[in-house]
Amino acid sequence: MPEPIVQVENVSKSYYRDSLEIPVLHDISLEIPRAEFLALMGPSGSGKTTLLNLLAGIDQPTSGHLLVAGKDIASLSDGDLAKWRSENIGMVFQFYNLMPVLTAYENVELPLLLTKLSRKERRKHVETALSIVGLADRMKHYPRQLSGGQEQRVAIARAVVSDPTLVLADEPTGDLDRKSTDEIMSMLSRLNSEFGKTIIMVTHDPRAAKAAHIVRHLDKGELS
Amino acid sequence: MIPVSYTVRNIINHKITSALTILGVSLVVFVFAAVLMMSTGLRETLVATGSDDNAIVIRQASLTEVQSIIPRDQADIVKTSPEIAVATDGLPLFTKEIYVLITLLNRHDGDKANVVVRGVSDKSLELRPNATLVEGRMWREGTSEIIAGKSIAERFAGCGLGETVRFGARDWTVVGILDAGGSGFDSELWGDIDQMMDAFRRPVYSSLTFRLADPSSFVALRDRIEDDPRLPLEVKREKEYYADQSRSTAGFVSILGTVVSIVFACAAIVGAMITMFAAVANRTREIGTLRALGFSRLSILNAFLLEAMLIALAGGILGIAAAATLSFVRISMTNWDTFSELAFNFQLTPGIVLRAILFAVVMGFIGGVLPAVRASMKRIVDSLRAV
Ligand SMILES: Nc1ncnc2c1ncn2[C@@H]1O[C@H](COP(=O)(O)OP(=O)(O)O)[C@@H](O)[C@H]1O
Ligand SMILES: [Mg+2]
Repeated sequence: MPEPIVQVENVSKSYYRDSLEIPVLHDISLEIPRAEFLALMGPSGSGKTTLLNLLAGIDQPTSGHLLVAGKDIASLSDGDLAKWRSENIGMVFQFYNLMPVLTAYENVELPLLLTKLSRKERRKHVETALSIVGLADRMKHYPRQLSGGQEQRVAIARAVVSDPTLVLADEPTGDLDRKSTDEIMSMLSRLNSEFGKTIIMVTHDPRAAKAAHIVRHLDKGELS
Repeated sequence: MIPVSYTVRNIINHKITSALTILGVSLVVFVFAAVLMMSTGLRETLVATGSDDNAIVIRQASLTEVQSIIPRDQADIVKTSPEIAVATDGLPLFTKEIYVLITLLNRHDGDKANVVVRGVSDKSLELRPNATLVEGRMWREGTSEIIAGKSIAERFAGCGLGETVRFGARDWTVVGILDAGGSGFDSELWGDIDQMMDAFRRPVYSSLTFRLADPSSFVALRDRIEDDPRLPLEVKREKEYYADQSRSTAGFVSILGTVVSIVFACAAIVGAMITMFAAVANRTREIGTLRALGFSRLSILNAFLLEAMLIALAGGILGIAAAATLSFVRISMTNWDTFSELAFNFQLTPGIVLRAILFAVVMGFIGGVLPAVRASMKRIVDSLRAV
């Protein structure tokens, strides 16, 4: 069996409000092989976003280890973690989180500004990513000129443009109608099957979860 | 780095808040630049009054002609100095003058102001290449005729061409108008020195002015005169003499203006800070997203600091543009170094533009630094949860 791309070992996470401990994740262990498409389901407040944030390196576990591509990300400094994220993580959010003042093209280009690529090379990557999500003709549009589904497709292009190790999607269809949901799901499926992207997706929607190969459930901070 | 277009378009997108901040900064910069333009105008006007190759002699330790007294015998000794150039008539290009302050009434509002009356000789005009007679004619020897600098002619009752003005217990008729190119002589009345000494009952001169045949001989001449025990006199280059006359007034205007500007600047900085804190709060989720994409804390800090500084820069440019229109304004105020009215223009120089712009950008930096630090210190997970 090949080495898993993600290894979560006995991870617990608590938040502290004043001196009150709010336990969110209890002793989670999880292994995800390369090129897998995993859906994480569970009621709201069960800790799904928290787990995704830990994998993205934007939050720290209270205890346990997180290895992504063999690297223990809990040991990285703030600055190194930012660089690591830019190289390894592509994130998709429920509300797309595009920069309203930037065009689709410029939004997708953002992660590439952290690389050494030339302007010309960046253009090639951005155009490829936007054509994969079927928006090559909308490059000059601003987010407010796009539908919700189109905005999320731009966000997906932004998530994959730098060819990250992991794509993390937090309820990517949570704010979309059925038709757009199907579009987004087929796009993620294609990224997984055709381009071999490892995808971890949080969702409430059983319909969306069907696109995934593995479905895991999180309830009250426990994985089943 | 976060693209500059992100910063610029955010400024443009928030038109009203940006415009208010820009306006605040531009007002401060306007005041700051106006004051600098005023003190520069004052100084330049006085500096322009002096010529490079002229020297002026006044009594030792008297800062200006007002306090200076030079007896006739001392004046005659100085006149024989070999360094003095020769005029077209073969005589030394040298003049003894008296300098008296009188009070006149403003033609328009009746306000009193001090005006300089200068008793001059036939060489006085030749010694001042920047001054020319533009209307009427020169005064005639032995008469109560005067010529008026053009600022005085416009502003004081009885000083226009053909008018009569009373001082020194006599009526004087204005027969000519002097244009001294915006320099200090535009604010003086000139008449025959003998008539003036008579009218004011002054047996002594105020100053001696002469052209040097060779400007490099100045030091030797000065040292000789100042070392001569018979001559308790001081020799200065004319240009330096007039530059010194602007020192306390220009300095005072600068200091007052700087204090006022700093007080105003504090208000503008607070305004910029409020604008930037609001910008940071409104864009919390964008900040979280950028950080999640891998942008560092430093790049967030830079983006917001740049935004504050660009807004301030726009305010600076607007303020300078408004101040530039003052270049066409000529004002008149009392020069406290000489206690007399002096008319001058606000003067914009590249140095003032640079200082005003720098002042604006520094305001932006100070106003932007706290909000930018706050933006960069936010925790990503908290930012992403913001709506
Ligand atoms: N920054 C935080 N501070 C305190 N409590 C938090 C914080 N983030 C999340 N929580 C709490 O952790 C729990 C899990 O949140 P989350 O991971 O967002 O759940 P889900 O994504 O499954 O809806 C919730 O009870 C939430 O209130
Ligand atoms: Mg969630």
